[in-house]
Parts: sequence; C-alpha cells; structure tokens
Amino acid sequence: MPELNSEKKALLGILAGALLILSLLSPDSFLTVGTFQGMAFQLPELGLLSMAMMVAMLTGGINLSIISTANISAISAALILSRFVNPDVPASGDAGYLFLALVAAVLVAAFVGLFNGFLIAILDIPPILATLGSMKLLQGLAFIVTKGYVISGMPAGIVYIGNGSLAGIPFPLILLLVFAVLLSIYLKHTPAGFTTFLMGSNPIATRFSGVSNEKTIILTYLVSGLFSGAAGIVMMSRFNSAKAGYGESYLLVTVLACVLGGIKSEGGFGDVAGLMLSLVILQVLSSGLNLLGISSFLTLALWGAIMIAVMLMQFFFSRKQRIV
Amino acid sequence: MEIALRKLARYTETYLVIIIAFLSILIAAKNPSFLTLENMFDLLKSYSFFGVMSIGVLMVLISGGIDISFAAVATVAEYLVALFMMRIGGNIFSAFAVAALVGSVLGYINGLLVNRFRIPPIIATIATMNAYYGLLIFATGGKWIYDLPIWFSDFAEIQLFTIHTANDSTYGLSIITMIWFAVMVAGILILRFTMLGRSIYAIGGDRKSALRVGLNVRRAEEFVYSFMGLLAGIAGVIQALLVQTVAPNSIVGKELNIIAAVVLGGASLTGGKGSVFGAFLGLVLLAIVKNGMTLMAIPPVWYEFFVGCVILLSVGITSYKGKLEKRRTATILVKA
Amino acid sequence: MMSAGRLEEQARGQHGNRIVVVQLLVRMGYRMVDDFLVMEKISKQYAGVKALDAVDFSIAAGEIHCLAGTNGSGKSTLIKIISGVEQPDAGGAVSIEGARKSGYSAIDSIGYGIEVIYQDLSLFHNLTVAENIALSSMISSRRKFFAPGEYTRIAADAMNLIGIDLPLDANVGRLSVSEQQLVAICRALTGELKLLIMDEPTTALTKKEVDRLLGVVLDLKGRGISTLFVSHKLQEVMQVADRVTILRDGQKIGCHPAAELDSRKIEYMMTGTNFEYSGRAPAVSDAEPLLEVVALSKKGNFKDITFSVLPGEIVGITGMLGSGRTELALALFGMNMPDSGKASMRGVPLDLRSARSSIRRGIAYVPENRLTQGLVMPQSVEKNALVTVIERLRSKSGFLDHRRAAALVKELVRRLRIKVPSVSSPVATLSGGNQQKVVLAKWIATKPELLILDGPTVGIDIAAKGAIHEFIKELAAEGLGVLLISDEVSEVANLCHRVLVMSRGRITAEFPAESTPESEILKSIELTA
Repeated sequence: MPELNSEKKALLGILAGALLILSLLSPDSFLTVGTFQGMAFQLPELGLLSMAMMVAMLTGGINLSIISTANISAISAALILSRFVNPDVPASGDAGYLFLALVAAVLVAAFVGLFNGFLIAILDIPPILATLGSMKLLQGLAFIVTKGYVISGMPAGIVYIGNGSLAGIPFPLILLLVFAVLLSIYLKHTPAGFTTFLMGSNPIATRFSGVSNEKTIILTYLVSGLFSGAAGIVMMSRFNSAKAGYGESYLLVTVLACVLGGIKSEGGFGDVAGLMLSLVILQVLSSGLNLLGISSFLTLALWGAIMIAVMLMQFFFSRKQRIV
Repeated sequence: MEIALRKLARYTETYLVIIIAFLSILIAAKNPSFLTLENMFDLLKSYSFFGVMSIGVLMVLISGGIDISFAAVATVAEYLVALFMMRIGGNIFSAFAVAALVGSVLGYINGLLVNRFRIPPIIATIATMNAYYGLLIFATGGKWIYDLPIWFSDFAEIQLFTIHTANDSTYGLSIITMIWFAVMVAGILILRFTMLGRSIYAIGGDRKSALRVGLNVRRAEEFVYSFMGLLAGIAGVIQALLVQTVAPNSIVGKELNIIAAVVLGGASLTGGKGSVFGAFLGLVLLAIVKNGMTLMAIPPVWYEFFVGCVILLSVGITSYKGKLEKRRTATILVKA
Repeated sequence: MMSAGRLEEQARGQHGNRIVVVQLLVRMGYRMVDDFLVMEKISKQYAGVKALDAVDFSIAAGEIHCLAGTNGSGKSTLIKIISGVEQPDAGGAVSIEGARKSGYSAIDSIGYGIEVIYQDLSLFHNLTVAENIALSSMISSRRKFFAPGEYTRIAADAMNLIGIDLPLDANVGRLSVSEQQLVAICRALTGELKLLIMDEPTTALTKKEVDRLLGVVLDLKGRGISTLFVSHKLQEVMQVADRVTILRDGQKIGCHPAAELDSRKIEYMMTGTNFEYSGRAPAVSDAEPLLEVVALSKKGNFKDITFSVLPGEIVGITGMLGSGRTELALALFGMNMPDSGKASMRGVPLDLRSARSSIRRGIAYVPENRLTQGLVMPQSVEKNALVTVIERLRSKSGFLDHRRAAALVKELVRRLRIKVPSVSSPVATLSGGNQQKVVLAKWIATKPELLILDGPTVGIDIAAKGAIHEFIKELAAEGLGVLLISDEVSEVANLCHRVLVMSRGRITAEFPAESTPESEILKSIELTA
C-alpha cells in the first residue's frame, strides 16, 4: 500500500463523497453491479492514455500526440487484420495474424514514441510543439491510409480484449492494472524512472551529475508511446473498429486526470496511485451524472471547474505553507 | 549591402517570405489561378477569422503564456451574439460590441487565473475551455442557428472595391478582410508604441525582472488574456459572417492550428519573442499550403500531414540551431 | 574654508587621486549633513523567523555606504524594505529626505529616487540596450504611448552622463556581464536618481571592470547621489566607501567609518568569530601523478594549460572571474570539449567528450552554482545523493536495490554529518552548508579519485565552511587528488599544497602554498589581471 499523503487523503475523501452523494441521489440505478461493471469497461482506455500523458508531464513536458498515436497504432493493426482475417468466419481468427497485428501496433507506437523523443531530446524542440507537430503528422497519416473510412469488423480475439471478462473481472480492467503496475515499477524501481523525477525538476543539475537527459527523455516518450498504443488496441476492441479521429476529446481529460491526481505540470512530482485515484473519481462522476440524466456537456464543464478548483486549492495551500 | 543581408538573415520573417515565395511559384506553375487577385482576395477573406485570433495568440505567447481556450471563447461569443441578434436585434456594431464584451470577460477570467492564482496557463485555459464550451452546449442544447438577420448577411457582402471579370462575375476586397487588417494595425501599434506593448515583451523575457523594475505585470497579463478574449469574440462574429450559420462545433478544435501558425511566424513558447508581421506570414504559409493543395488537386486528407511536417521542420531547424549555438559558446554557466 | 562640494569637484578633476582624496574627506570628519534615508527600529518576521530585529540604518546624501553581512544576516530583507518590495513589521519608521513614509511600494520607491541593481541585474535579454535603459523612466512617467526613437534619446542621454558608449540597438543578451552592469546603472540614472543600491556588484567582474565601476560610483557621488553596496566581499569597494554597516542574524552589529575597518575586523563582526584555518593536510610524497594535463587549450576559454595533481595532493586554482578557471574545470569534467592538448588520469588519456566518461574515470565535479547546477532543490536529499550512482545500484534482476541505496544514503549522511530531519526532506529546506554537503555526498558516492571543487564554500556559514575544509583534508589524506578552485586567496593559501594562479586563460604563476605568504599570491593575481 503506498503511503497516504494529504493529497491522496483528499482524493479518497472526494471519492467517498462522490460515491455517497450519487448513491443518495439515485439509489436504484447507481448502486448496481451493472453500473460498476460499465465503469470498469470504460475506465481502461482513458487510464492508459492518462498514464501516457503522466510520464511526459513528470519530465516537465506534455504529449499532445497520445490520441493520434493510439489511433495510428490501432489502424496499423486493423489494416493487417482486415487484410488477413474475416470476422464473419469464426475459425479465421487465426492466432498468428492476431499476434502479427498486435506486434505491428506496438511497433508503430514505439516508433512514434522514439520519434517524439528524438524531436525533443536531440533537436531540442519544446515538448508541446514537438508533440503538436507529430499529432498533426499522425492525424494526417491516419487520414491518408484510411481515406477517412472506418475499418471495422474485428475478430473475436480482438473483441475480447476490450469486452471480455476473466473470472468475472472485465479484461480491460485487468489490462489497466497490469499496465499501472508496470509503470509503477518503471518509475520506482529502475534508474531511468528515478532520473525522470530529478530531470523533471532540474535538468541542468542532472546533466551536471553525469545523467544523460537525452536518454531519459527518449525513454520517457517511448513509454508514453507504448502506453498510447496499448490504449489504441483497447479502443479498437471496444469500438470494434479503427478510424482516424477516434477519442480526440480524451486528450484534455487526460491532462485533467493528471492534474487532479497530483502530477505537477511543471514536472518532478506525482505517482501512479494518485493518477488511478483521480481516474476512478472522474469515472464515478461521469457515470453517476450520466445516470442522473445530466448532459455530458455539463459534465465537460464540470471537469473544467474541478480542474480550476484543484489548482486554486494548491495555490492557497502552498501560500499558507509559505506563511506558516 | 552585406550587412543588411546579414541582418535580414537573423529574422524568421525573412525565411518565411522566401519559403512563401518559393511555394507560390511552385503552385502557380501548376495552376495559374493561384496567383490571381481573385484567389488572393478569397484567401484573405476566409482567413480573416484565423487572422484576428492569431494577433491575440501572438500577444499571449509574447507574454510567456499560452491560451487554449480562445476557440471556445469565440464559440460562446458567436452563439450569444446570434441569440442577441435574433431576440433583440440591433445592428452590426452592437453585434460586434456584444461579442467583444463577452469575449473580454471570458478572457479576463483566464487572466485572473493565470496572474492572481499562478495557475500554469496551459492548465488554466484547458480548464476554462472545457467549462465555457460545456456550459454553452449544455445551456443551448447545441442547436444550429440559421435565421440570422438580413442586415447581417448584407454586411458580409460589402466590398471595398469590386472588379468585374470578363465573364460577368465580380470579386473584390471584402470588408471582413479589412477588420483583420485593422486588428493587425492595432496589434502593431500596441506592441511597438505603447508602454503596455513593451511591458508584454519585457514580461515574456523575464517576469521576475519585470516585477522588480516596477512594470505593472498584473495589468499586462490581465490585458493579454482579455484582449485575446476580445479578439476571439470578434472572430466569432466574423465566422458567423463568413458562413451565415452558427454551429457550435465549427470552431473548437482549430486552436492548435492557430497557435502553430503564430509559432511558425517566429513567436517563442518561452515568451519575449514574436511579431505581428511574423504571425501574418505564419498564417499565410499554412493558408497557401492548404489552398495550393486544392489547386494542385492533392487530396485534402494530406493537409494535416503537411501541416505537421511544416511545423516540425521549421521549429526543428530553429531549435536545433539554438542547441548547436549553445554548445559552441559553452554557455553552461547558468545565471543564478 | 573650501566647501565640501568644491573639494569634491577638485577630487574628481584629478582622476588618479580621487580615491585618496575622498578617503581624506572622510578622515577629516567631513559628514554630509542631510540624511537621505533614515530607518529606525526596522523589524521583519517571516514564518516566525526574525529576518530583521529592530535595525537602525541611515544613508547620507552623496554617501557611499556598505552593507555587510553573511548569507541570512538580513541584508537582502533590508534592501527589499528600502526598495518597497517588502513592508516592515509595525513599530518601525522609514523617512526619506526628512519625510516620514509608511508602506510604500516598489514603484513609489522609484519615485523617491531609489534604484536597486540586483545581482542578476534584472535586465531583459530580449530587448535592446536602449529599451532596457529607457524602461524605468517610461514607467515612472506613467505615459501610455511614446514616439519611436524616444527611448534611444533617453538612453543616449543616460550613457552620456557617465561617459560610456554601448550599441543602443543591440540586444542586451549579446553584451558581456560588465557591459550589462553598465546598462543597469544607466537605467537607474534615467530617473531622478538619489540612492543607488547595488547587490553583490563585483562578484562577476574582473579587476579592471571593478575599477571602472568604482569610477562610475565616485562620479555619482560627485553629483550628490548616494550608493549602497551590499556585499559579503568588501575588499574592492572598501577603498571608496564612507561607512560600513554590519548585520548579523538580523541584528545591527555596528556602523563604522570605513577608514577604521579592515577586512579582518569586518569578518569578525559579520561572523562573530575570526575564521581560523586549522592547518594543512600532511605533505604528499612524490608519487606517480594522478591527473596530468598537457597543453590543454580551448579558444576563448583557456590556453596552454599544463599541470598535474598527485594522489593526496590539494592543488588550488585562483584568479579573477573570467580567468578561465571554471572553463578548465568543466573541460576536465567532460562538459567543455577542448580544442587541443591532452589530459590523462593515472597515465591513461581522458576522453573529455562527456561527463559520463569523466565520472567513469573517477572524476567528480562540485559545480560553481549550487542552486542550479549542483542540486535539484525541490527533490529529496536521498534522491539528490543517489543521482550520480543510480545506475550502479541495480540488483541482479536489473531493478533498483532500494536496501543498498538506503544504506548508502545513511552512510553518506553520517559521514558528512549532514543535518537533516529526514532523508526524504526536500534539499531546499536545508541550510546552505548542509546543501553543499549533499553535493559533496553525491560525488563521494561515486568513489572518485579526483575531486574538482569550484567555489565550495561560497555563501556558506563559518561552521559549515570549517567542516567542509576538514572533509577535504580527510579525503586528501585518503589519497584523493583535489583540485580546489576559489576566489578566496586565503582559502587556497591555507588549505592547498600548491596554488596555481590563472589569468586570461593561462596559468601565470605557481606557488608552494606552505612557504608563500598570502600577499604574494594576491599581488600575483593583481599584476597579471
């Protein structure tokens, strides 16, 4: 169990409050297995994307290309699948092609990550511009290869990734937890993860300590790319299709999830546990409000309000700290 | 002569002009209709919407900030103005006034969050973008508005001068373009000849020093975000003038393109650098890439791809040059 | 009797003698009657800590006053109050030109004729010289618009006042530090300047540049403008100063005519004790040299550097700023690739192309700037101490061995006696001395053979300074070679076996420290600078 600092306690408090209020407001529909199962299926894609955003933010950067990376990975896999596998023939879900498609998706995601890392670490382009550029590039590429059409009809093996259950637990949730543990291990138990935080706070000092900032940055965006790719596969499975422009509204929600989860936008601080907590809060709120029949746009506005509230709290908290 | 050339070589604008000239010749060689006055007037009119906002973005970037919310602000202003015109009426001036007011207020809120509460601008404006846009669609249901007043569509047709072509059609310089040009002139005046303008550069260069020498940082920062909002409001009306319908989802999503155009024009995300002329050229570059593609019959799906390439190439070259420069002069010694 | 003003005039006329004459004036008991600024019982409390405790302070019109004190003595707080950046706590009184002022702002203070030149100069590197100079007067005129070319006129006028000539339309970022300082002074001159406050003005200047600066200050004095120098290194400015006020721990220790003080007395008052060097490390016997540098050169940085360091030897390098000493250190550390020449450790040539390769060969470098280069301030002591060795702390599985890491940190904290509530506290919460110990700790962790220290005791209190010196000697006794770069001649003279003097990129003299008086080293620096 990770240590509980005041920030996490506050998050747990918010979560408890949200659960309580939503249960009181709609006891019949909110407190059902179905609701929570629904959340468990929806959470993972946003969770994976948020982790991709988080690693970049830890270094003081940002990755605007996560969604387009997810899409281009999914499209790569979908192109292979649509060429070789016929979803209408159950036996055609040949494991070999499935594997090939997934490997292609991972390779594409890794390549995009390395490309971003090269732009930022070697060419010295500010992360926001580098990833904005690669976002446009990938969006364009996705449109070019798909001509704007949907590639749909996935074999059963792919559909299972986003929709199946293992021992009653939604498979995508398992996937999310596995990736969360992986990221946590990367950040806490590898030298690269260790230097990520230090470099995020002061890249000059790490350079003067013989740390290769370039290597750390490239690794960071590689990880970010891989997590985006994983999100792409889950999205492809849940939508049973791949298309340029899927999930673009997620981009800003991932930033919100990170900010709420205690990942400092100036870099150097934050952990996976905080992010997971904030993701659960966001999911509970959005599912709950949806059940209450509240417009998804009001929810969107609420995200903005929450984000401002969190930042204001941090502002007043840090000011209080300075005075006392 | 040589000195003058060397001086020119220091400006991003010089390279942009060269690239634009080169591209223009290339496109015109394939399709002569590119370099016609008609096409130019048309481009200038349709890019007025982006152009007006780019000046606001420019000032925010020079001050060392960033604003992601302006497209949402433009949408809100556009929608409220449309409602205002339908319910209350008024004329074109009141329409612009209402839009400017709405935009300024929303922009001022950004300024408050950034200046008073020290929220990183990107976080603050992502938040307000969601809040503004979400509330608007929630409150209005996202319905499109078609029945705009006649005087409104009439205004959009005004041309400063009109040229008759041989086959009896006409074209001319639209009044909408003139609004953009007026905003550019205002931008130049503010940035170059007012204390406020120089303060914006100074704050972007070194915020701490600006506070120390007694510059009114609060006023300047609140101004850039409010002015961004004001211009977004005006741009909202321009968008309505151009398409004569108000669709709440037509603007949002374009913000990063405009920021990219301004950055192409030499503005730096770290602040303190940028010019109105540069922002104009950045926008022109993106415009002729898109227009040229159409004229050269390249499928439109390639557009985003080209934009990405243009951004990465231009920013990549300047960044890498900067890095080499740093390495050569060995300025490892960092100022305390 | 000749009026003081006329005497001044005469003094200024005779360029070479003016310093002497001014000192004479002070000795004659000549005191300007009008006090420009009087502060009484000024206190300021931050977070329960008294930064200033009932301090009385005054500056006469036309006076050159020094404010001396160690880091944390309250100097900077006092300046902030004078310049209106901070307000004093209730109970104190400030009057300017005889009028009582309460709660004035930074902009008000500019209106009163008070200008501060901070150590970082607060210039805008993206603006031109003319704009930087004209900015203040533009602000105080409270005008909204100005004509093009207006600021070039203001700037040219200000430069004429003190007879300097800088390119008006060049970006300030392209000027040298001393030129930038002149820009800052010109900026201060554009208003009705009455008091110029300069924070650590000489630390970044060469000897010649310091002299030029003092000339300008004397010039201002002739115009009746007061100057307040704030410094912990007073040698240079003492020759022109009238009075010196000393602060320690937020309290005023005294205010004395400069003529009655010398640096030893000031140091005593600043620290409450006279720093004693506790003897030298034992002499080293001849051995194979650890580091050998032959004809190392880099254009614009250093030229033809040849020297060696034996195991267990402490070699000092001193010289003015800009003498190339830091550039040389960075070159050995692999962060400033030289053009030609060779350097080797234990006879094997060094690669010098990256810090990593130098670290691998047993070189450690404690940088000049602790805050930006040495430490990651917001992060924990533990993380800072481990950053250099994190790659070596893998277990067999490839993951970090946290138990070994924790043991190492514990050992380092114990060995260096770092006072820290917990190893997970941010470094920013430690005192300067303990921060520097963390920097040392992270390099000791690499088990280096050669330790390069660049200004290791700058801005550190006396007790920590002594502890760091002891530690350096301890390391040398264990057989480490130490290269100690310092401004402070007494530090290299008392701590090192050998002292090298650098000037304009070359080694100009070498002394066996034990048999050379400090004054001789000092003279050698001044001669060659």
